[in-house]
Amino acid sequence: MTCEAFSSGSSYLHRADPRVKILCAIFYSVVVACLSGMPLQYAAFIFSAILLSTARIPFRMILRRLAVVNVFVLALWLVIPFSTPGHVLFHAGPLDVSSEGICAAFSITLKCNAIIMANLALLSTSSMFSLAHSLAHLKVHSKLVQLFFFTWRYLHVLEDEHRRMVQAIRIRGFSPRTDMLTYRTYAYLVGLLFVRGYERGERVYKAMLCRGFDGTFWLLHHFHLHGRDIILAVVMGLVTVALAGMEWMGIPH
Amino acid sequence: MDGNTSLIHLENINFSYSSGQLVLDDVNLTMEEGARIALKGGNGAGKTTLFHIILGLIRPLSGSVTVMGRTCVGEEDFKQVRRQVGLVFQDPDDQLFCPTVIEDVAFGPLNMGLKSSEAIERADSTLSSLGISHLRDRVPYRLSGGEKRLVSVATVLSMKPDVLLLDEPTVGLDQWVTERLIRVIRDYPCRGLLLISHDSRIADALTTRSLVLKGHKIEEECLAVNSQSRVSVSGS
Repeated sequence: MTCEAFSSGSSYLHRADPRVKILCAIFYSVVVACLSGMPLQYAAFIFSAILLSTARIPFRMILRRLAVVNVFVLALWLVIPFSTPGHVLFHAGPLDVSSEGICAAFSITLKCNAIIMANLALLSTSSMFSLAHSLAHLKVHSKLVQLFFFTWRYLHVLEDEHRRMVQAIRIRGFSPRTDMLTYRTYAYLVGLLFVRGYERGERVYKAMLCRGFDGTFWLLHHFHLHGRDIILAVVMGLVTVALAGMEWMGIPH
Repeated sequence: MDGNTSLIHLENINFSYSSGQLVLDDVNLTMEEGARIALKGGNGAGKTTLFHIILGLIRPLSGSVTVMGRTCVGEEDFKQVRRQVGLVFQDPDDQLFCPTVIEDVAFGPLNMGLKSSEAIERADSTLSSLGISHLRDRVPYRLSGGEKRLVSVATVLSMKPDVLLLDEPTVGLDQWVTERLIRVIRDYPCRGLLLISHDSRIADALTTRSLVLKGHKIEEECLAVNSQSRVSVSGS
């Protein structure tokens, strides 16, 4: 499954306690999102890049992930430079491009990539299951953890059913065109996916009832803090606090 | 036919789907101590429905369900039933949902109130009795079909149910896994077994009697169904 592509590995970050990584990721992301001074944003960007390099994820795969995110950033570039009032740099037809707009778009690009890189480094290096377990250990409401966990768990099943259905239509000679048959087929496919997903959910729930499920999720995995986790927490904490402090005091300006 | 001494006693069960399609019409079933019964019948005859009624997963329109002398009315009664009667679902994917095999097998015991160390111990011993200890830390949905089936059986056996209900346990299994499953079930000390299967290998090996669900009713198939005695039905 693609969403767990980076979770196996032996780097420092892969071995770190997911609870620590989740907390670091949250605080760091919030602080970076609030940075206003350009030098601090550069600093955050560079720190995130260094952090990500320690996760030893293949460079091409990182680029592919970042490319997806930057598609959304590109959409901002199509709007913000033209819509932000300020000093007009040049005219693009009927539209004015402002220097403030370009700066704002650039700043969003920097911060967005810095946050994504840090989260790739911290979160994608854990499996979904250990993240779900960590959330439970961090006392996140059990309903939310279950939602997270089951969403992920049954993505596989739905993916599987989707694959089976696609195979079924393919062996009967289906190839997508722009005609009613194609649209109708896709509509059937999506509809059936919903129905099957619903029925699957029912059966799973019944099976859980048979085993005495009453809403409690049991945690069998227990995490233990190691020296490396404390080092990670201290480093991430210092960087986060330093960024937040300098932002708050307005240095450097 | 005393409902108090039998393991499972169904009386005048009626059930139809919400569409109005009749499935079970005044069905009676009594499972005595030590009974090993094969439940047969065509596709859509209502065999799985009957299993789900026994465990209270669906409620009949009318009729009574008595399990181990307890007449079940509400969810609380059926909660007790589910500790004593283990149901292995047709599709193992419906049954397995945990991140690791060991957690899935320990899930039932934990719900029964065992401490987590006891539950893990119980799960481990169940896995080893099925000869699948090596799957302990694997992710259930990535197992092969045969492995999934054995794990799904383990998730039920770890609760140590008195009665086993197996719903088409051998569908899609190869000869080897089928034989292994037969051995596991035969060695499990249960007080009663009810098996839905179209596979005569497992039905002959595990059961001594057959019932047929036909025309919304249950009928006795023949007096002695056994791999040896099937050829010559003589005496008792």
